[in-house]
Amino acid sequence: MKIVVCVSHVPDTATRIKVGSDGKSIDPTGVTFIINPYDEYAVEEALKTKEKLGTGEVVVVTVGSDKSKETIRKALAMGVDSGVLLKDENHRDSLGIAKALAEEIKAMGAQLVFMGKQSVDYDNSIVGQLTAELLDYNCVSVVVKLDIDGEKIVAEREIEGGREVVQTFLPAIITCQKGLNEPRYASLKGIMAAKKKTIEEKTAATYTPTSEIKGMQLPPGKQPGRIVGSDASAVPELVRLLKEEAKVI
Amino acid sequence: MANKILAVLEQREGLIKRSSFEAVNTAANLAKDLNTSAEAVVVGDTISNINEVSKYGIQKITHLKNTELSYYSSSGYSEIISNFAKELDADILILSNTAFGKDLAPRLSVRLDSGCVVDCIKLNVSENEIICSRPTYAGKALIDVKLLSNKKVITIRPNVFKAHIAENANPAEVVVKDIASVNLDCKVTEIKKAEGKLDVSEADIIVSGGRGIKGPENYHLIEELAEALGGAVGASRAVVDAGWRPHNEQVGQTGKTVSPTLYVACGISGAIQHLAGMSSSKFIVAINKDKDAPIFSIADYGITGDLFEVLPALTNEIKKVK
Repeated sequence: MKIVVCVSHVPDTATRIKVGSDGKSIDPTGVTFIINPYDEYAVEEALKTKEKLGTGEVVVVTVGSDKSKETIRKALAMGVDSGVLLKDENHRDSLGIAKALAEEIKAMGAQLVFMGKQSVDYDNSIVGQLTAELLDYNCVSVVVKLDIDGEKIVAEREIEGGREVVQTFLPAIITCQKGLNEPRYASLKGIMAAKKKTIEEKTAATYTPTSEIKGMQLPPGKQPGRIVGSDASAVPELVRLLKEEAKVI
Repeated sequence: MANKILAVLEQREGLIKRSSFEAVNTAANLAKDLNTSAEAVVVGDTISNINEVSKYGIQKITHLKNTELSYYSSSGYSEIISNFAKELDADILILSNTAFGKDLAPRLSVRLDSGCVVDCIKLNVSENEIICSRPTYAGKALIDVKLLSNKKVITIRPNVFKAHIAENANPAEVVVKDIASVNLDCKVTEIKKAEGKLDVSEADIIVSGGRGIKGPENYHLIEELAEALGGAVGASRAVVDAGWRPHNEQVGQTGKTVSPTLYVACGISGAIQHLAGMSSSKFIVAINKDKDAPIFSIADYGITGDLFEVLPALTNEIKKVK
């Protein structure tokens, strides 16, 4: 069985964001890019599934520029067999990414696809569901527990105040949430082996954008408030402020 | 004139959620701005509070009913709701950006051949165009998005758009349509509730702990304060990664982004990932020994003291005044 794992190349979560000169995207100067943290759970789950089956192949796919190859290499170093880069130098909205992924997944005939539940750049958390709709696949999002038995899937997804137990079947897309597994570290051997693995480059499927970013701003800065005190004796004054000034209790 | 606006509501255990009433109110307001009308739709079995929609400015709600659909089914709900939206000729769909809304909205957008923008915190209408503002990079930046498609699916962040109650509203017209056959290829069979706990993403008050709490055995101090305030318990990434607390309590860039009325940060230094997830809270209280901790740069009120002394005192004082 061919298992696809879709990843994205995103700014490190410790990045301080500056707006770029176009006023619509971030200034990438000095920004470290990493594999999207949620995609690491997707890679781990794909590898675990292959190991459980004892056969098969895991392919990592991403949409982006040449720079995204770094993130593909990271997945290859973790143990993924090969990579595909669907090239597009320009920013794509979620549907644009989903269309490129859907075309590639269809061409490969992959029945099982993993991805992170969201990318920590644009935070849309919809690419998995969009791709599944385009392919007419089943899809469970924000999965924290997964059991695949033949064609049958039982997944638990995180919702407010609990979990939903979902029953479905292949072909399917699973979007992964922290807690699903503990992603493995790339070993030195893995990193060396990754250098020899192939990354196929293709042009991403064309599409007409359905949305346009008109501008990007930093949120209004918050003024630091006041220090009420330095020990428990400040508590009555804090409570008075919360009650009378902020009116929140 | 634009065609109709449709608020797609979420029910859990037969009760329409508070966040869905925010969607109702937003749809009603948008209809006024765009000189059109709005209605609502909900899928489920028996729904007990369906009449309440009228209080939030909508006069008609359709209940698509089937006993198999009391729980969410992505395949069933997306098929039934997209068919209903087509029948109604709705141009704009509004959902709350909850786990349900996030899962369903993109599916509806593909089926309706529309663009989709999620997690909006502001919708600006001018000259019949909607500009949607939403956070990116966990709130470190905001973008303004315009959907280019004729039909639009929009989700709004819970707790941001308030649900205003209209006094003396006429009762809403409730239309119940029985749905004969449903696609249950992907279906929820059970909900496992985290017992008696309020979720950070739905809470008005959150008390979070960081590394300063020193160990899971001390977390009762956070829980007791949260209970006294009637709020939810949150945690920093350090605390979750150390295994002291479950991931669903994590606030920040790889956890939940929250905007409660009151956020109390205890022993949290304020790493940029954490600040990104909670800085849009209305009031922030920080309790930390280190007076140079970054959390104080965004806190409204701070106590630069030992949380092991401050927290029990604060819990007692809150109990006294409440």
